Amino acid sequence: MAGTLLEIDSVSKRFGGFLALDRVTIQVGAGERLGLIGPNGSGKTTLINCVSGALPTDGGRILFEGRDITRLPAHQRTRLGIVRSFQIPKPFGSMSVLDNLGIPLEYAAHTRSSEAGPGAHEILQMIGLDAKAALRPAGLTQIEMRKLELARAMAARPKLLISDEAMAGLSSAEVDDILAILFRLNEQGITIIMIEHIMRAVMRFSERVVVLDAGNRIAEGTPAEIVRNPAVEKAYLGE
Amino acid sequence: MKTARALVVAAVVIGLGVLLAKLRVNPYIYFAGYVVLQYVVIATAWNVLGGYAGYVNFGTPAFFALGAYTSIALIEAFHAPLPVLILCGGLVTALLGLGIGYLTLRLKGVFFSIATFALSVVVQTLIINWDYVGGAKGYTLIRPPAPFFGNWGVLLFTLMVTLAVVTVLVARTIERSWIGRGLAALRDNEEAAECMGVPTLRLKLFATTLSGFFLGVAGAPFPYYVTYVEPASTFDLNYAVNALAMPMIGGTTTWLGPVIGAILLGTAQQIATVTISSELNLLIVGVVLVLFVVLAPEGLLGLARKLRR
Repeated sequence: MAGTLLEIDSVSKRFGGFLALDRVTIQVGAGERLGLIGPNGSGKTTLINCVSGALPTDGGRILFEGRDITRLPAHQRTRLGIVRSFQIPKPFGSMSVLDNLGIPLEYAAHTRSSEAGPGAHEILQMIGLDAKAALRPAGLTQIEMRKLELARAMAARPKLLISDEAMAGLSSAEVDDILAILFRLNEQGITIIMIEHIMRAVMRFSERVVVLDAGNRIAEGTPAEIVRNPAVEKAYLGE
Repeated sequence: MKTARALVVAAVVIGLGVLLAKLRVNPYIYFAGYVVLQYVVIATAWNVLGGYAGYVNFGTPAFFALGAYTSIALIEAFHAPLPVLILCGGLVTALLGLGIGYLTLRLKGVFFSIATFALSVVVQTLIINWDYVGGAKGYTLIRPPAPFFGNWGVLLFTLMVTLAVVTVLVARTIERSWIGRGLAALRDNEEAAECMGVPTLRLKLFATTLSGFFLGVAGAPFPYYVTYVEPASTFDLNYAVNALAMPMIGGTTTWLGPVIGAILLGTAQQIATVTISSELNLLIVGVVLVLFVVLAPEGLLGLARKLRR
């Protein structure tokens, strides 16, 4: 593993009296494919909200490329290269698909470096949405909407891509489609954290899997180890 | 339309205004024209926040009246000249705008609108109790002889033409810049915009401040126009309703929408005031607004776009 890209150091998050994250520590290496799983309500989305800056943490530190970003607003984290996609697609409804990509290109990618990366058209081509470039998001199908979500994240030129349930509700063939895109991104050197309920997808994609349950990290290991882990089985199925 | 061409059009519009001023037509034309143009400024300024950023401000009367009352305070204290009044009126309401900008941190959607409406009530109460600017009984301004045109009606009309053109030019420039694109993104989805690198708070503060500035600018010459200013009519609900209705009728996503809306609705109101009754003009706004919200939610421009397709 070549260096640590993201370091989540005993991060806690509290909603009133409910402890959503209890001193969670996770390290993500540069170029890694990490799966983050756990039952509903285990704190996965809360954790990535803390990493992306959507929620402030109530304790602990978050380091990105060795830099403390715990107090940084979300848009600045995006500019540093932490980009997330949303569980429920949140496209910019008044803009065309192409213009949706223009926002992260203008506000994130071009603020970091002036070197020309892939433009909006190339990203759409790679992801298979180029035929829909002129459409408004309302005219897209569910899978196209998920692809747009990924395409827009790519336009921000991420170093770390957090994919929050990009495949929920998709058919088996469509899941393979999205997986192929994520593998291709990873080959280009982008670190990926995948949050997913579709076990087939997470286990195939991840090099390492972290399991959360009730705000605690209960297990970590290769997919094969996680499948055999009794604590994980207990978290999902009860005793 | 390219920037150079826009500037030419702007110069032509101002030129036509001056020409009309020189022609000395029926004085009522200047009197009514001032109100319509004032609404062009108000609707355009409102739309920078309400249309571009999607934050509906019901507190227009607070901004407009604060612009007017800043003028009164400055006239009372220093006999400040009109250009100073306009600038200062704008700056004071820009600060108020910055204040409501910070409200957007906690308040979204209808809750933001309610807060701005409450703000209007608060500012009105303060003014009613401030005797220096006339308090509840109002303030009477004795106008000195008009410095140009020899006539205040004509002078104020020409001034409002210029202010309207400047406001529209600024709004148009913003709409087409990176700021406009960022505002559109946060209007569509604020969370997604922030996660795509858009500094949403900074852009919202910019929009509320700029919108506030021009709403105050619209109100600053008002004391010279009416010569008698009192709280009830200066904080009139009319301003809140018109500021919202005009962009809605024209179309909120472009600079042209509020201009069309203000000219159509403003003119209709002026005509109704003299031909039917002065009470009826608010009824017109109400009916037209309901019709548009139901039948053409994207305004006349949206309707035109749909028909062309």
